[in-house]
Parts: sequence; C-alpha cells; structure tokens
Amino acid sequence: MLELEIDGKALQVADGSTVIDAAHQAGVYIPHFCYHKKLSIAANCRMCLVQVEKAPKPLPACATPVTNGMKVFTHSDMAVKAQQGVMEFLLINHPLDCPICDQGGECQLQDLAVGYGGSRSRYQEEKRVVVNKNLGPLVSTDMTRCINCTRCVRFTQEIAGQMELGQAFRGDRAEIMPFIEKTVDSELSGNIIDLCPVGALTSKPFRFAARSWELARRQSVSPHDALGSNLIVQVKHDRVYRVLPFENEDINECWLSDKDRFSYEGLNSGERLTKPMLKQGGVWKEVEWNQALDYAAHALRDVANEHGGGAVGALVSPHATLEEMVLAGKLMRGLGSENIDFRLRRSDFSGQRAGVPWLGMRIAELNKLDRALVVGAFLRKDHPLIAQRLRQAAKRGTQVSVIHSADDDLLMPLAGKLIAAPSQLPERLAQVVKAAAELKGAAFDMKVAVSPEAKQIAASLVSGQNAAILLGNFAQQHAKAATLNWLAQQLAEILGCRFGFLGEAANSVGGYAAGAVPGANGLDAARMLAEPRQAYLVLGAEAELDCADGRQALAALKQAASVIVLSPFKSAAALEYADAILPIAPFTETSGTFVNAEGRVQSFQAVNRPLGETRPGWKVLRVLANVLKLDGFDHESSEDVREECLGGTGGALLDSLDNAISGVAVELAASAAGLERVAEVPIHFADPLVRRAESLQRTKDAAAPTARMNAATLAALRVAAGSPVKVSRGDAPSILVAALDAGLADNCVRIAAGHASTLNLGALTGALKVEPA
Amino acid sequence: MALIEAINPLLTAGWAKGDAGWGIKEYEARGGYQALKRILAEKMTQDQVIAEVKTSVLRGRGGAGFPTGLKWSFMPKGAPVKYVVCNTDEGEPGTFKDRDILRYDPHAVIEGMIIAGYAVGAALGYNYIHGEIFELYERFEQALAEARAAGYLGKNILGAGLDFDLFAHQGWGAYICGEESALLESIEGKKGQPRFKPPFPAQVGLFGKPTTINNTETFAAIPFVFRIGGSAYLDLGKPNNGGTKLFSVSGHVNKPGNYEVPMGTPFAKLLEMAGGMRGGRKLKAVIPGGSSAPVLSADIIMDCTLDYDSIAKAGSMLGSGAVIVMDETVCMVQALERLSWFYYEESCGQCTPCREGTGWLHKIIHRIEHGQGRPEDLDLLLELGGNIAGRTICALGDAAVLPVQGMLRHFRAEFEYHIEHKKCLVPREVQKAGSTFHTRMMAGAAC
Amino acid sequence: MLSQESLKRIDGEVAKYPAGQQQSAVMAALRIAQEEKGWLAGETIEFVAGYLGMPAIAAYEVASFYNMYDLQPVGKYKLTVCTNLPCALSGGVHAADYLKQKLGIEFNETTPDGKFTLKEGECMGACGDAPVMLVNNVRMKSFMTPDEIEKLLAECK
Ligand SMILES: Cc1cc2nc3c(=O)[nH]c(=O)nc-3n(C[C@H](O)[C@H](O)[C@H](O)COP(=O)(O)O)c2cc1C
Ligand code: SF4
Ligand code: FES
Repeated sequence: MLELEIDGKALQVADGSTVIDAAHQAGVYIPHFCYHKKLSIAANCRMCLVQVEKAPKPLPACATPVTNGMKVFTHSDMAVKAQQGVMEFLLINHPLDCPICDQGGECQLQDLAVGYGGSRSRYQEEKRVVVNKNLGPLVSTDMTRCINCTRCVRFTQEIAGQMELGQAFRGDRAEIMPFIEKTVDSELSGNIIDLCPVGALTSKPFRFAARSWELARRQSVSPHDALGSNLIVQVKHDRVYRVLPFENEDINECWLSDKDRFSYEGLNSGERLTKPMLKQGGVWKEVEWNQALDYAAHALRDVANEHGGGAVGALVSPHATLEEMVLAGKLMRGLGSENIDFRLRRSDFSGQRAGVPWLGMRIAELNKLDRALVVGAFLRKDHPLIAQRLRQAAKRGTQVSVIHSADDDLLMPLAGKLIAAPSQLPERLAQVVKAAAELKGAAFDMKVAVSPEAKQIAASLVSGQNAAILLGNFAQQHAKAATLNWLAQQLAEILGCRFGFLGEAANSVGGYAAGAVPGANGLDAARMLAEPRQAYLVLGAEAELDCADGRQALAALKQAASVIVLSPFKSAAALEYADAILPIAPFTETSGTFVNAEGRVQSFQAVNRPLGETRPGWKVLRVLANVLKLDGFDHESSEDVREECLGGTGGALLDSLDNAISGVAVELAASAAGLERVAEVPIHFADPLVRRAESLQRTKDAAAPTARMNAATLAALRVAAGSPVKVSRGDAPSILVAALDAGLADNCVRIAAGHASTLNLGALTGALKVEPA
Repeated sequence: MALIEAINPLLTAGWAKGDAGWGIKEYEARGGYQALKRILAEKMTQDQVIAEVKTSVLRGRGGAGFPTGLKWSFMPKGAPVKYVVCNTDEGEPGTFKDRDILRYDPHAVIEGMIIAGYAVGAALGYNYIHGEIFELYERFEQALAEARAAGYLGKNILGAGLDFDLFAHQGWGAYICGEESALLESIEGKKGQPRFKPPFPAQVGLFGKPTTINNTETFAAIPFVFRIGGSAYLDLGKPNNGGTKLFSVSGHVNKPGNYEVPMGTPFAKLLEMAGGMRGGRKLKAVIPGGSSAPVLSADIIMDCTLDYDSIAKAGSMLGSGAVIVMDETVCMVQALERLSWFYYEESCGQCTPCREGTGWLHKIIHRIEHGQGRPEDLDLLLELGGNIAGRTICALGDAAVLPVQGMLRHFRAEFEYHIEHKKCLVPREVQKAGSTFHTRMMAGAAC
Repeated sequence: MLSQESLKRIDGEVAKYPAGQQQSAVMAALRIAQEEKGWLAGETIEFVAGYLGMPAIAAYEVASFYNMYDLQPVGKYKLTVCTNLPCALSGGVHAADYLKQKLGIEFNETTPDGKFTLKEGECMGACGDAPVMLVNNVRMKSFMTPDEIEKLLAECK
C-alpha cells in the first residue's frame, strides 16, 4: 500500500496505482481523453496534467505512478493552467459547431471545454480538415473532429484483438484510419463509438436520427447470446433509437457486441406485426384479439381432444422470456402434452441431467482461469464478449486450448489445438482425457491413441491451478453432444476443475428452469419434428431457420392441421405454414426475465409501449390459457409468473445449476459418408430479431453462406474457390459458391445455417454431397 | 572534412586518411580493439568497467550530457536478456559528427559497444543509423562483418567467454527517432513515437527488456577512455566535463566541419579552427548545440567555453555540439521560421501540445516573416511555448520552443520591426552580401 | 509480389532480430520493396505486412510515418535537397532553386518524362557539406554547387 494526498485528502492505494487511479478512489475527477480504464495507457492527450509536489513540471495523472508520500494537486494554478493550455490546443483545429455534431450533448470535449476552455479563440489561422473514412455499415466518421487520443486504435488492438485501425502519418497530419480500402469488421466494432470522446466516430444507423437529450434511457438485458449483456435502450415516441452498454463488470463490463448494440433496428422492421392474423379459407386476414385467441384455443383443443394431448407440440425460442416459457409449458401440460422444447438446434438429447446445465462458474471468473479448454465453439462470433475475456486472460498468461472443427483465428495465442471433422470430435476430446489421465495417474479406460496435439493440450491443462473446460454451441448442437458432455465431465474430474456450457441463447439456462423441456414421455424438439404432430404452438421462433433441421421443421409444420405462431414478426414461411399469427412483444415491449449462462436471473421492464396491437407474450399465453379454461393462469404480472417459477427475486443466481450427466451411451468414432457438414449459425443470422437488423445485415459477418472447404477437399472435387458448387442432401440441391477455408479438416464442408439459402441442406450435422455445378 | 588536431587517436586520427582508413586493419594499427583486449585479458569485472567510465566523467554526446557510467550502472544486474543500442539517428539540424565517425571510424563504435555490452551484461546490440546516410549503414555492416571475422563479435569473443553480437538497423527519415524511446519503437518495427517514462529504458527498453542507449560519439569515446584511463580522460577536459568532444561547425565559417577539441575550449578558438567568419563578415549569432538549443548573440558566445556548464550558464545548451554560426546578413525571423517549420514537420503527433502547438507556432512566425504579424503575436508565441514545453511525452516539445524563446530573448527587436514595418531590420544590401543564405520561405517574405 | 531476390534480402533482415520479432524488419522490408517497385503501393505494403505477419495497417503506419517511403509514384531519380537552416546558410535553398529552374518543376513534382522528382528534405546530418542532396534515398551528394548539380544531372541517364 502507498500513502498519498490528493488535494489535501489523504488516502492509501495499492502498489502500482497511477495518480488517476488514486484520484478515482478519492472521488476526485481529473479531466482526461486518452485514458480509459480498460485500455493501455497512451498519455498522449495531456489533458490530465496535475501538479505533483517537488516535480518541476505538471505530470499526466494517467501515466504517473503513485509514490509513497506523494502530494498531488489537481486544481492548483499549475495544474489548471496546464489543463487550460491543453484544452486550447485541442480546440484550435476542432470544429466549433456542436449544434450540428452528432455527438453534441454527450461529448467529453464539449463538456470539458465549458470548464477549461477560453471564451475566445486566440487561434486565427486556418483550421485543418481531415477526410472521412469508410469504416463499414456501423460506424460513421467525421474525422476532422478527431483529437487523436488513439482510444479506438488501442481498442481494436487490445480488446477486439485485431488492429483494424491505426494512426497513419505524423504530426498534425496524423490520421486515424483502417488500412487502405479496408473497413472495421470486428464483431465488437461498435464499442469504438462509445470510446470516442468526441464526434469523430458515431453510430451510422443512429446518425442524425435524434439528439441524445431527447431520448429516454431505460435499462434492459440483451436478448441474444447467453451472456445477457446489460443495456441502456434509448427511446423516443415509443421507438428505440439506440442501444448502449449499461456497465456491469460481472457481465459485459463496459462493452457490447455489435449484435447487442445494433439489433434494435430489427425492432423497427417493416415485418413487425401490428394485429393478430388468421388464415381463413387460405386467405390471411387481420382480426381482433378475441377472435384470434378463440381460434387458437379451439384449434389446439380440437387437436388435443381428437388425437390426444401428445398430438400437440410447442417449439419455443431460446430467446423467449422465462415467463413466456413458463406459461407455454403450463399451457401445453394443461392440454395434456409434454411435448415442449426450447433446444431447437440440438439433435442429441440423450443422458440424464442432474440439474440445469450452465457455464459452471461465474462469468467474471473466466478472467481468473489459468487454463481453459474450449470445445466446439465458434468462440468469437457465438460469444464475442466471452472471447474478449479469454483474450484478456490470455494476455496475462492464461493458456487457452481449442478442440473444434474450424480453425478460425481467435485473435489470441493458443496453447494447443485439435481441429477435426465433427464426427471425430468425441474421439479427439477422449484423447485429451486419456492424456490427462496418464499425466495425473488417473483411470480412464477408453481405448484411444493419444496424438502429440492431445498430449500438448493435456499437459497445458494439467500444469494449471485453475482450469476449466467450456463447451460451445457447436458441441451442444453436435450429433454426439451427450458424449462430448460426458467426456468433458470426465476430464474435469481428472483435473479437479470445472466445466460448463457457454450457452446458446439468452435463455438457454432459463428454459430448463422454466420447464420448457419435455416431461416424462414428452418429445424433445428433434422428435417433435421427426415425428410430425397435428398441431404446433411456435413461440418466438422461426422454426425453419432456428431448428437443427430447418427443412424437416418446415415439412412438419406444413403438414400439421394447425400451427399457432406467436411472434413479433411476419415471415413468408410462417404465412405458409401457420393458420394463426399472434403478435407478441419483443424484449423491449414487455417485461420479462432472462437467465444467463452463469445462472444469473436478470429481469427487465418494457422500455416502450408495444407496437400497434402487439401484446406481451406472457399475457397472450395467459389469456389463451384462460380461453382454454385451464387452471392456474391468474397471474397479474410477469413478476407473478417469475415468482411462481423461481420463488425468489430477480438478480439472484439460479440454485438448480448442475452440469452432471449420466446414462450416456458413449460412442467415439462415427465416420460419415460424403463430406461432413460443419455448420455454424452466423452471428447475425442467429435469431429473428438480428436477422431483421438492416445495418448488421450489411456487415461482412452477414455475408451469404458459401461452401467452405480446405485446399485438399477442393482439389479432390476439382473445384476452384470462387466457382459455384451443387450441394445437396438427398434431393433439391442448393447452388453455393465454393470458398477456401484452410483451417478445416479434410472432407469437411463448412456451410452456415440460419439462412434461407441453406435451408434445403437440412440438418446442421451429417454428410452432404458436393459436386461442381 | 576539415580536421585540425586529433586528440583521440582511435577516433579522429584515422580521419586523415579519408575513406581509406576505416577498415579493421587500419583501426587496429591505430591501437584499436586494445581496450577490449585489455579488459578481457585483465578480467576486469563489470563493476570495474563501469567505475572506470564513471571516473572519466564521459557525458553522453547525444545532447543531454548525462554521465555515461552512471547510466550504465542503472542496468539491472539479474535480468537474463538485455540490450545495448547505439543512437546514430543524427537528425538535429547542425549535427553531422556521427556521420563522420561511422565513415572513418566504425570500429571505434563497435569496440565501444562491445565494452558496453560486457559492462551491462547484454549479449545483443543494435546500431540505429538514420536512413539518409544509407551508404554508411552499408559500410557499418561491412565493418560488422570484419569484426565478426576477427572474432570480436559473436560467441566466445577472443576466447574469453564473452558473447556479444551487433547488428545495424536502418532508419528512414524521422528526426524523432533520435529520441531514445522512439528509436526503440522504431527498432521494434513501429512508428517512432516516444514512450512515456517511467519506466526508463534501463528497466523496460527494447522488446521490453532492460536497454542501454548511447550516442555514437559516446560509444566511440569508450575505447579511448580505457586506452588512457578514466582519470586521464577526465583531465583532458574540465572537471565534470571529461575528455574531448567533436564539434560540428556549420554556417557562415570558412571551413565548416568537425573539430575535436577538449571540453572547455574557448569558443573563439573553435571559430578560429573553423577558418573564421566567411568573407570576413561580422558574427551575429550562434546556436551552440544543435537547432534545439537557444541562440546566443555574438557577444555572449564569444565569452563562452565549450562545455556543458559554461554554455548552460550563458542560457543555452551544449547539446550535440552542433555549432551553427550566423553572420550579420541573417534575418533572425527567417531563420526561426525555417526552424519552427522543422519541428512542426517532425512532431510525431501523439501529444496534443506538440502536435497542435508546433504548427501554431510556425504559422505565427510565418505570418510575421510575411509581413502579417500582429503586435500581440510575440507574447502569444511565448505563452504558447510555455504551454508546450514540459507538457509532452518527449523533449521535442521543449526543443521546438527553446529556439523561439532564445530568438525572442536576444533578437526581439528584429521581430518587432518585422511586425511594425512589414519588412526586415537587416537591410536588403546587407542580406544580399551573404547571398548563400535564404530559406525556402523567401517568396513574399518581408525580408 | 516481390522478387525472390528481395525476399532473400528481407529474410536477411529478419535474421537480425530475436525470434518472434520479425516485425522489426518492416522498415528494411519496405525499403527493399520500394527499391524493387519504385514506390509503395497499397498492395505492396499489404504484402510486406503479410510476409512479416503483422497487421497491414501497422505496416501502413510505418510507411506513412517515415519520410523516405514514397506512397506515390516518383521519377526514376528522386532528388531530395536539404533546406534546413544550417544548409540554407550555405546555399541549400539556392541548390534547390537551381534544380527547380533546371527541371522546370517544384518540390513534390515529377518531370513530364518521369525522370526526376524533386523533394525538400530535412536535416540529413551532413550540414558541413552543404548544399547536400540525396539521390534515390541512398546516395548522398555533397557540396552541390551549380557545377556539381550539372554533373549529377548528366550522370542520371
Ligand atoms: C527530439 C529528440 C531528438 C534526439 N535526437 C538525438 C540524436 O539524433 N542522436 C542522439 O544521440 N541523441 C538524440 N537525442 C537524445 C536521446 O534521447 C538520448 O538522450 C541519447 O541518445 C542518449 O545518449 P547519450 O547519453 O550517449 O547522449 C534526442 C532527443 C530528443 C528529445
Ligand atoms: S513531444 Fe511531440 S514528438 Fe515528442 S512524443 Fe510528444 S508529440 Fe511526439
Ligand atoms: S488522459 Fe492522461 S495524457 Fe491523456
């Protein structure tokens, strides 16, 4: 501990603290621009100059280490004069047109200029003009306003892990830019908008749409990945104009993924429903709610009466709220059906679970791991901020290893990796278990030959004190998901460490807690579609894009006597297979709860009124149950529903978390004929909301799916990258463009799911036929 | 290059032979590599070597004059990987001594660096050579090959168990890379933007490892220190200003060039060695330590001796020993305008005061020179200077301001005259008499 | 993208630095690339960056920071004249003016036949030899009086 005085206040700070850390601790504000607590120290803006006793010159608080007995003056003549001098320099070349600047009202330069700037500029010379840059569809530039603090540059290097921006040229010709003709394509790019202290980098979708002070700020929770990022949603006249991070060190820190930040555009999509719709005599009509609910109730009741409750199935989006899931489950059970599932993209449901599968640790604990093995994850795109946490950890020495079917650059150093075809993943993981068992002298009696790569991973894991095994979406969606789960459990036991699931969606943990899983004799999502039902209730999902086998889902829904869809959106597919579409509120227009990967219960309120006659999903389900005269549906609020399910209040951790699995028929090698599909669900195709976010759909991450293969596989097929190929499973081929992906194993073809162009290819897993087109 | 006396035979004695004298044979014939051999033969300890350098009071020849032995002693003892770096970025206007050292005596630098490597426990060194003297970069690489072949570089040097290797790194046009931490960034393959200190290079230097950086002339002086002994070296100069130093004399003298003189030599003597004033004109002003040093008027400089203390007392700096001599034909506004352009042009761009301030300073001086000065400009210049100097990461900010302050201290009347009369105080005929001078900003100027 | 010869020279530069520090060779690599190609086009910089395993923008930062890299095409002979104060005191600007008049171009211009580009340089550390100029970055010419300039121009074929 070091003792110092700031403006006469005595305090103690930890060794290694800087003056700005200490000031923060003392509650003293020191003006600054380049300093940011999550970024390396640049000390270039010089705004934070303060006086330090015995130092002849003012010193930058952000970079000056505290020494014992130091006396700091942040408001002395020397300090204030220095700060004013810097402010004058910052303003000479900065446009003084705040009223037309998009940052106006939330600009650090504007705020500080009021406190430190002179009233009249002594600068009578010509001002500098800097040309704007095209950074892509999300970030807009006004580079003349740039003050060269380099926060954005450091963000891309240090947090996003890939230097996509730099400061080119020198002196006052210095310019922040991407490489010639390049854009900023990181899945975290929007954070540079928040980081920019002036109006140089602003949100392109939000550009000039509103002034910050006209917007109401409401807190919410992201409905996308399983992190559950905390949001500030900014609203005017019942329209969402912008989404910003709500800082929560335990979850998203001060960051948001671009998906979390820009998906709100989908809320304003032209495909939003405003009234319930019924298909009568093959024609869609907008109807009143009571009519629609009557219809839906009768349709479901009729099927249940006629064919038994089991003839009805419910497909629930893992992005639905806990309350919606709870009521959907009760409703199904009220109809006599145990057929309900939210795990729409999974295909292996075997094994018995001891409790609700989860991350296995707190999110914040990820940073403290010293070893991590990530199995089956498109880490950066499926879990952008978890990837970021591991990247920061890796920088401090955490050894991260990977077992996966794709070798995408994670933008962090890896201690080991095993890349293999999907069917080979269980065998590869077993190798690591075996190697670890040998190193630890533990028993593991499976017959596998340990490769040097597996040994390397095991050696890394064994050498740590605090390791974890993390199973990604790809592992959960794998045809042998239970085997992977079981092997991870064995490995964790051998290592004496934790294991868990990164989590597919906002409510993947909540879905279990809500009971949106089949009960005894109920059918899981896969079987509900493989053994088509007479009637379906589809809640929040677009089954053809959100299920493990979209083609099969579409067929099942089309053959059903009745399909009741509850969704905020209209889609061509639903108009074809549904007979009633009920507009339910997206997360911004309803209260509800998501339980994130670490089991944290996060409830939120609506940020604005529902669009048109849209109603919160929980209310629709409750009234539907009322119309069906089912018991136990007298909830007054979503809180009542949550209370009924969880008992406790929001913000707490779920108590039924347990990753243990048993009764798994462990099977290692299963070789597939033909080319094995490696399917990811691209970040911006993953759910109905983001699929409708226009700007995100223009990013590189939303490029149309291609058929990616390694060079050997392409050569064997005699196709060149860039040429079309015919890809098929059974009949109905799709024509895709072949592309080179050097990181794939031989005889694999990587084709994204969640997109209409690949719907015909069916399951996420298994073999495909690829031939030159 | 003119050279009157050669005091350090390992350094300037070889210069007499011009381009024929730089090779290893010639250097050895002058007694080169004897110092290294003696140190290794006598098994001097690292501490003894550093102590000897301390005794010599050899002060860094790169500009700041920091005692070299003391600098070496800052290197942490235990660290497994350390580096020695030589600063041949020589870009300070007026300085051209390191170029001649590499041209005529590259082995003196190599020997000095090996000794430094031994003293601080570094096994690898780099010499950063500015791009403009690329031919000498190539020559230095040849000299390295010679030294390697002769067993002075590489593993187990001279069979004494010492490992040290040395490479040349090329600059490519950036004055700021003379600043030691910018230079390290540059060796790491980045732009030359100085690092905030602390930590200093001796703690966190090249590739994050402890690093000693010295100027070319500093390293080149090392063999001679050991050849004659630390205290004899000190005695060559003045107390607290050990040894001899190279002075680069440029401008209005008859024989511009490098002159090796003992520290403490009167300025008048150096002027005489440089052949006196060109055309017999009157001395007006001298910038005694490279363009960053404040200018001194003729009467002041004529009373100075050439050492760190005397020049500092006169209100300037010995700096790199670059003596820019200006005669009565020079318009000081024009001279300052050119210098301020240089600092504007060379600012690395990271610190706000330097990035924005150097351009502002230049624009004001440019206006004054072009007859558009305002009465308040001079005070504004000084105030802006005060807001730049001492507020930046590196000393370029100060370097840009010192010339302004110096000029306004000694020649303010000339600036006032420009502002008031929109023309020069130095009559046109007088300026013409020194027709070798005008700067690029002549067009439309008030001179 | 670059010749085998250039790549070999770049490899030689990489070898000077500790393992994993190949980025240190970027300055030399860009110099070598510029020598081969005449100037540094974006694709050349990107290639060098890729060769050294560094982000393209980091290489661009370097290429745009240091004066002697040419981000635009230049003539067969690039003449850079120092006009800084010490040189100006001894005729540096006169030498530049002489060249401007002779070649009919200003600083940063290239003669219509593509032969000469004229650049203004900052201090080259050779002030005692003023006027000084650089030919194609790597050859320094001292004491460039009009006679010497004429000789130089005659040599530049
Ligand atoms: C802007 C600036 C430019 C500098 N240029 C040089 C230079 O060209 N050569 C040099 O040796 N030192 C230069 N220095 C000083 C170096 O930072 C450093 O102090 C010196 O190389 C140390 O060597 P020495 O102790 O042997 O003098 C410069 C410093 C600054 C601030
Ligand atoms: S003072 Fe100027 S040159 Fe030095 S680091 Fe700051 S901006 Fe760069
Ligand atoms: S905040 Fe300290 S220098 Fe910018």
